[in-house]
Amino acid sequence: MTRPFLSVENLVVHFPTPDGIVRATDGLSYSLERGQTLGIVGESGSGKSVSSSAILGLHRGTSARVSGQIWLDGVDLLQLSDEEMRKRRGHDVAMIFQDPLSSLHPYYRVGDQIGEAYRAHHNVSKRAARIRTIEMLARVGIPQPDRRVDDYPHQFSGGMRQRVMIAMALINDPTLLIADEPTTALDVTVQAQILDLLQDLQREFQTALIMITHDLGVIAEVADDVLVMYAGRAVEHGSGRDLLTKPSMPYTWGLIQSIPDVSGPVDKPLRPIPGSPPSLVNPPKGCAFFPRCPYAKLVDGTGDRCANEMPELLPITPGHLKRCHLEDPEVMYEDAPELEVAR
Amino acid sequence: MIAFAIRRILVGIAMLLAMVLVVFVLFFAAGNPARDVCGKFCTPDKLKQITQVYGYDQPLTYQFGQFMKGLVIGRDFPVDDKYRAQLEKTHPELVIHCDAPCLGYSQHDSMTVNAEIAKYYPITIQLAIFSFLLWIVFGILFGVLAAVFKGRWLDRIVVGVTLVVYALPTFFVGTFLLQYISIRWKLFPYPRYVSIADGGPIAWITSLFLPALTLALFYMAGYVRITRAFVLESMSEDYIRTAKAKGLPMRVVLFKHGLRAALTPLLSMAGLDFAALLAGAVITESVFNYQGLGLLAVTANKNSDLPILIGLVITAGAAVIVMNIIVDLLYAYVDPRVRLR
Amino acid sequence: MSATPLLDVRDLVMHFPVKSRGIVARTVGHVKAVDGVSFTLQAGQALGLVGESGSGKTTTGRLITRLQKPTSGQILFEGQDIAKSSPRQLKPLRREIQMIFQDPYTSLNPRQTVGEIVGAPLAIHKLVPRDKRLGRVQELLEIVGLNPEHYNRYPHEFSGGQRQRIGIARALTLQPKVLVADEPVSALDVSIQAQVINLMQDLQREFNIAFLFIAHDLAIVRHFCPEIAVMYLGKIVEKAPREELYAAPKHPYTKALLSAVPDVEQARIGGRRERIRLTGDVPSPINPPSGCHFRTRCWKAQDVCATTEPLLQKVGAGADEAACHFPEP
Repeated sequence: MTRPFLSVENLVVHFPTPDGIVRATDGLSYSLERGQTLGIVGESGSGKSVSSSAILGLHRGTSARVSGQIWLDGVDLLQLSDEEMRKRRGHDVAMIFQDPLSSLHPYYRVGDQIGEAYRAHHNVSKRAARIRTIEMLARVGIPQPDRRVDDYPHQFSGGMRQRVMIAMALINDPTLLIADEPTTALDVTVQAQILDLLQDLQREFQTALIMITHDLGVIAEVADDVLVMYAGRAVEHGSGRDLLTKPSMPYTWGLIQSIPDVSGPVDKPLRPIPGSPPSLVNPPKGCAFFPRCPYAKLVDGTGDRCANEMPELLPITPGHLKRCHLEDPEVMYEDAPELEVAR
Repeated sequence: MIAFAIRRILVGIAMLLAMVLVVFVLFFAAGNPARDVCGKFCTPDKLKQITQVYGYDQPLTYQFGQFMKGLVIGRDFPVDDKYRAQLEKTHPELVIHCDAPCLGYSQHDSMTVNAEIAKYYPITIQLAIFSFLLWIVFGILFGVLAAVFKGRWLDRIVVGVTLVVYALPTFFVGTFLLQYISIRWKLFPYPRYVSIADGGPIAWITSLFLPALTLALFYMAGYVRITRAFVLESMSEDYIRTAKAKGLPMRVVLFKHGLRAALTPLLSMAGLDFAALLAGAVITESVFNYQGLGLLAVTANKNSDLPILIGLVITAGAAVIVMNIIVDLLYAYVDPRVRLR
Repeated sequence: MSATPLLDVRDLVMHFPVKSRGIVARTVGHVKAVDGVSFTLQAGQALGLVGESGSGKTTTGRLITRLQKPTSGQILFEGQDIAKSSPRQLKPLRREIQMIFQDPYTSLNPRQTVGEIVGAPLAIHKLVPRDKRLGRVQELLEIVGLNPEHYNRYPHEFSGGQRQRIGIARALTLQPKVLVADEPVSALDVSIQAQVINLMQDLQREFNIAFLFIAHDLAIVRHFCPEIAVMYLGKIVEKAPREELYAAPKHPYTKALLSAVPDVEQARIGGRRERIRLTGDVPSPINPPSGCHFRTRCWKAQDVCATTEPLLQKVGAGADEAACHFPEP
């Protein structure tokens, strides 16, 4: 059986801290093919950024303990030496981050920073790197690239800066691109441009794309496959359509109910998820969502099963998995009939 | 950038003028300068002569005007016109023509303040530069090491040792180096200043080493801590994460990206600390008996030689202002966000 | 028919001077952050102010609360113009108009306890004798859903959502009539945003507070505000009741803006709204385009758009007002 292009298997990332071990990610598994987009939805503390940083090996050299397997094109990245991983970082797998202003070095010109990414992996002259840089800047839609290549990051607007980050990430034609909240800090119209750009580039280069965001709308537009993370684990996994029309886990359902929308009924009440995300230090046994879940009692009358037993990630229908003891998710939908969830 | 520089320099000149005014007010307006200069064994005749030479009985604005004139075109002593005219005829060699920028005249030493400062300046500046190099190089080096190995034993040792060194007063360190390292344990030749012209480079550096080290240790300890803090802060910035994500080797991430950002505030601080040293290191020079501006200040104070003290204060202030300007310009050159506003 | 509005803003203008980089700094231009903005706010109503970066919405909010003094224009609060009032004249007015800030992590003084933060306005305005202040503070903490026993804790001991509640409690201390909320939930996690939004709605209803809700998130604004004004480069380009605005926007910019928002609802139903692509970036507010500011990115622009600035006026049968020579049907 050939593995998928990217296969994350049982990824565990723990950080030892004075307060105890922070279990940022505890057994995460997913896969992705070339040219496909995986959306990872989660809030702060869900482990979405930590797990993606692990793919790039950014935890090496820190106090973090990483275990599991990350297979990229037949190679387990976690088994590589530091130097072998460094060669792949920025070349086979690249990442773009949320805030392009703080993610670019303020003292160096944009062209130098992009060229640096190229020369880290190719033995070329500065001039050759500059030519390639200008090519990439043009490709990501920056006007007058031959002039702007010598500008500093603060001389660009937010949207342009993010394009610079994308140019820098894609200059080595990576096969996997991880975008960590790439549009959260941007205006809505600029966000649309950047998402379009990412999708264009993905089509052209057949890059596998992991899009991390908390915005369900972005996920719905961009992702083929969606992973919902909560407290370091995947709690629901399926196509964007599945998750939005047949959410099977109370957290996903809670998210959908608590987000206002630009269309649909105006008087839809916002139903927030009560409470707050759990601490990742000494997580309680049982389901991490249990303290906030309104449906725990429906499982066995008392809610004890949810309190004591961590559910497994199991399929409901092929391709749609949930981590929840609740057998029939449809009972949840009765709480918000106006949302007309498919039956 | 040029406009920025010109603006900065103009402001600097204005600051210099303001400083001179403040110094003047502090020394002349408050006390009785003639009395101060006269000193402990003062006689009415001596007092009168001093007043004539320095013009301390003139209105303050006249004295200030004379002082500024001295700074710009030069002036003559004695200030009292009649007295000077008289002296021109009888003892012309006692009439002093002080060229611009004239900082004053010391009757006690029979030299213009400028000449005195020029005589004592070389040692001060050599000490300043040598100790600056010592503390910058080793301060940054150990600071970077401590930051890179944060939490491990190297870091703990460095932080602990610097704390102790930082707490030691300069006279203690200097005396310790002199008495123990040099005299008792004979680990180092007895420090006696040798100029480069007289003894060649090796002897020169050797003669400066112990006092330079005395001065440097204090700053070195501080800069290790500061470098460590700046590097740690800089390494936690988002752009470091980007640099790592690009696949750059750690060496490049640390020095080209991390240290570079930390160096800027570090060097601007260093510039100002260096400026303070240009005024003379009073304690160190005294301990080692090196004839620098610090020692000059101590001697002038003992002799109540007001003109020298004033001249030293103005020199020190000017050094700080000039260094300030240089540091600002350097900062604007290094940090594009400052100059491309 | 309508009563005197609680807040009546007329032709509000805020131009920030831009200094040259020569030897002597001279003013060479102005950032026209707010360029002639007018709207009214009735008691207990919520008006949404929507726009992207550079639209001037945040500056407008700061002008209303007089954190800044406008270059020109009128801000009539209960009939009285406060645009040029001195700090002394403004002091009693601070009780009536309050602000909730965006970033709960930096807008609370980390060195003050929650009780001190919330109680400070009471002390400044000498409304309540010292011995009664704690009681009032605890009341307020409870109103916003926090444990009243926590008044002795420091901000860093609370989560982001809780900190925002503290900010809201502080704003409520003086029982203001107007609350200017500047992106009150943008910095919060999605599941917490709904909690805070619901809280603000409850407070609005219970205390009859008028809200000026400033945000870039069109979905949240739609939920909270019955009436919405859209800003672009310092001007209001459309103002309408929410049903009309979202269902049938009249100004091209509003239309483009709405089409750019990723739509969860559409995705669920299976449809996909046609997307209008706006090219390029927002022009500089120092030199906005002549005539209609939006014309450089508008697919409908004609010559008249460059020569004549369109005024905000009623379009069509409803209450919708748009500033466009060729509004959408």
